[in-house]
Amino acid sequence: MLNFPPWKIAAILGVCLLGLIMSVPNLFSRETVESWPGFLPRQQINLGLDLQGGSHLLLEVDSAAVVRDRLESLVDEVRAALRGDGQTIGYRNLGVQGEQVVFDLRDAADRDRVSTALAALNTDLTQRQFDIEIGDNGRVTVGMTDSARQQRISQAVDQSLEIVRRRIDEVGTREPTIQRQGADRILVQVPGERDPNSIKRLLGQTAALSFHLLDMNTSVADAQRGALPPGSELMAAYNPQPGQPAEYVVRKRVEVAGENLVDAQPTFQQNEAVVNFRFDSIGARRFGDVTQQNVNQALAIVLDNKVISAPRINEPILGGSGVISGSFTVESANELAVLLRAGALPAPLTVVEERSVGPDLGADSIAAGEVASVVGFVLVAVFMFVYYGPRFGGAACVALVVNLVLILGVLSLLGATLTLPGIAGIVLTIGMAVDSNVLIFERIRDEVQSGKTPLAALDSGFREAMRTIVDANLTTLIAALILFYFGTGPIRGFAVTTGVGVVTTMFTAVTFTRMLLAVWYRRTRPAALPV
Amino acid sequence: MAFRFIPDTTSIPFMKTRLPCLAASVVMGVLSILLVAFNGLNFGIEFQGGTLIEVRTEQPPDLGEMRSSLSGLGLGEVALQEFGGPNDILIRVGHQEGGEVEQQAAVERVRESLSGSYGGVEFRRVEVIGPKVSGELLQDGLYAVLFSLIAVSIYIWLRFEWQFGVGAVAALLHDVLLTLGLFSLLQLQFDLSTLAAILTIVGYSLNDTVVIFDRVRENLRRYRAKSLSDVLDLSVNQTLARTIVTGLTTFLSLSALFIFGPEVIRGFTFAMLWGVIIGTYSTIFISSPVLLYLNVRPEAAPADKDKGAGAVPAKANAKGA
Repeated sequence: MLNFPPWKIAAILGVCLLGLIMSVPNLFSRETVESWPGFLPRQQINLGLDLQGGSHLLLEVDSAAVVRDRLESLVDEVRAALRGDGQTIGYRNLGVQGEQVVFDLRDAADRDRVSTALAALNTDLTQRQFDIEIGDNGRVTVGMTDSARQQRISQAVDQSLEIVRRRIDEVGTREPTIQRQGADRILVQVPGERDPNSIKRLLGQTAALSFHLLDMNTSVADAQRGALPPGSELMAAYNPQPGQPAEYVVRKRVEVAGENLVDAQPTFQQNEAVVNFRFDSIGARRFGDVTQQNVNQALAIVLDNKVISAPRINEPILGGSGVISGSFTVESANELAVLLRAGALPAPLTVVEERSVGPDLGADSIAAGEVASVVGFVLVAVFMFVYYGPRFGGAACVALVVNLVLILGVLSLLGATLTLPGIAGIVLTIGMAVDSNVLIFERIRDEVQSGKTPLAALDSGFREAMRTIVDANLTTLIAALILFYFGTGPIRGFAVTTGVGVVTTMFTAVTFTRMLLAVWYRRTRPAALPV
Repeated sequence: MAFRFIPDTTSIPFMKTRLPCLAASVVMGVLSILLVAFNGLNFGIEFQGGTLIEVRTEQPPDLGEMRSSLSGLGLGEVALQEFGGPNDILIRVGHQEGGEVEQQAAVERVRESLSGSYGGVEFRRVEVIGPKVSGELLQDGLYAVLFSLIAVSIYIWLRFEWQFGVGAVAALLHDVLLTLGLFSLLQLQFDLSTLAAILTIVGYSLNDTVVIFDRVRENLRRYRAKSLSDVLDLSVNQTLARTIVTGLTTFLSLSALFIFGPEVIRGFTFAMLWGVIIGTYSTIFISSPVLLYLNVRPEAAPADKDKGAGAVPAKANAKGA
């Protein structure tokens, strides 16, 4: 057991050296490492947001809104289906009720015709989209199937993910993480962000842009009293300014929609920050038509159901581009341009979890973690040295150093993220790593006391302790794995360093220390073990 | 040359003290349950939703003044606490009625209020946990503790006899209960990292338990003539030096983390320091006596026929005496 042929020693030292090489890049700045020649290792340990500062936002797609939107468009589809083929089926009270589209048949005898007409809604051949029920009293309900709902929500999340990515990329943040999480959530992590509010503002808007005509026949005062014509509605101003109306009466009909936009840029016009936009060919034609037919009317520019501005149409705008003005600052004009370029979200996003850490706090945490690690290490090393003497205690100390180097090396190799609890995991490992050495040393002492020769004591001490070490460490590893599986963010970081620590500990305590002591024994051949 | 302050051979009759110790533990366990039931746990925002803001001001602020101005915002209970230095303040705002949007609005109001009254205030940390997420975090956390308890007991059961599994689980439940009790008693903040600390305590305590159990199993095979109580005492005594040394080194490094480490994880470290103490205690005074009550005697019948095993006890008798 104490037989270490040179190739084995070389292999063990090789592993240690590899760990050392892998951990070296962490001593240098990222920029320095980037400039190294290709054959050198460049993998560094990623610092978690709690250490480098940054924002972690968990966003949820409003799936109720997604379903509501779908149902509202389903109303139109049902209406079209009932009027299809020139033979209109009589109905009344068509609308959304709860999660279904509901209407009543005027003539119960139309039941068969209705079911044929509505069957056409199920165009998807692979799965049924709608459940259609016709009650005895002539009440018809059309609901989405569970799979159709889920598919719809899933599509909305994918689409939102894409829009979120574009918006964040537009502002040029470095190395953001944007991931889908679960059924309806999106995780956004932005390292080094000092102002999480700007990110929240950017993601907190659906940014659905549309152009409507202003209802010039109804005054705001009338509308506030509730005297609204069916095709009009009262809308608040997007960015209410003193001296300008806080509400507008807007025609519901969308003349041109934001999806026809191809570009938006912030610019200056008459010393005022404005957003310049450009339409695609369809949008340009529609915009041309609308402005041509409604000269001297006002065109409301609406973002998320709020009126940004309602300029008067002085002349037809045929070039397919225009300007949105509305008391913008340079910053807000830029933000609007970003939102318009990136496109509208299919449904609103809400922040369900936010964790933002300032870069200064992160730096303070790293410094405190480093001090704690060094102090912890020194305390444990001194204790081992005093308690087990220079030979065995010294071997344990060397093993501890190797262990730390290996942990750093493995973390770099895995590209793992080091978090604040991760540092705690390393400090805990420092304390517990010597456990395996203690088990071995105590065992060796037992064997010595029972009258064994030094060689036999060393040999069986390692062998007997091995089983216990495996049992003890495996249980810790199980706990770490479960922590990793169930944990989120920082807690995972703790699980990672603890888990890696357990594995490196088994290597250093069992293999590395054994090699050290074997080499020492072969050289000195002591008559008694100084343990 | 080595400086050994733990005697080489101890023969402390641990099993004799099992009754008072078990009784004390049962009492403390029941007290913990009552404490948690009636005093409750001081859940952090991760588990009950809400907002946490850490700020650093240029001048040490008047806490009373800051408290009254923040309380005037109509956000319900606002708790202020010095956090590290006198310029660092931790502000906790309770969960707001309504949904996720209301939580965000609350942060905005605190931000505006503080930026208005304290020039150069630095927002070092902002955490907002919505009501939905906090419920999920608590649920996932409880599952994690539950599953890890199940997983490790299965491991022990597979590696040892079932009695060992019961002994280990008894010790683990003891550790978890008493940690919850301490957190309830001192009203320390209970959050995700506390839960992680509990899982670590479970791992550590189990580590300890497994070491002693390994020795018990070995000694049961060696000393067939000895009574179970003697074998257990012998095993605990034989591993005592290791138990103390490991406990000490772990305690040392965690103390360094507690004293010099970042303020943010102080609660986490505190829970682990407590766990090292309670875990060591439960290993010696809970898990081993349980073996006695369950009358563990592994492989008794088949090993009796195996005469070849006779050589093993002879070798170790000197130590066992």
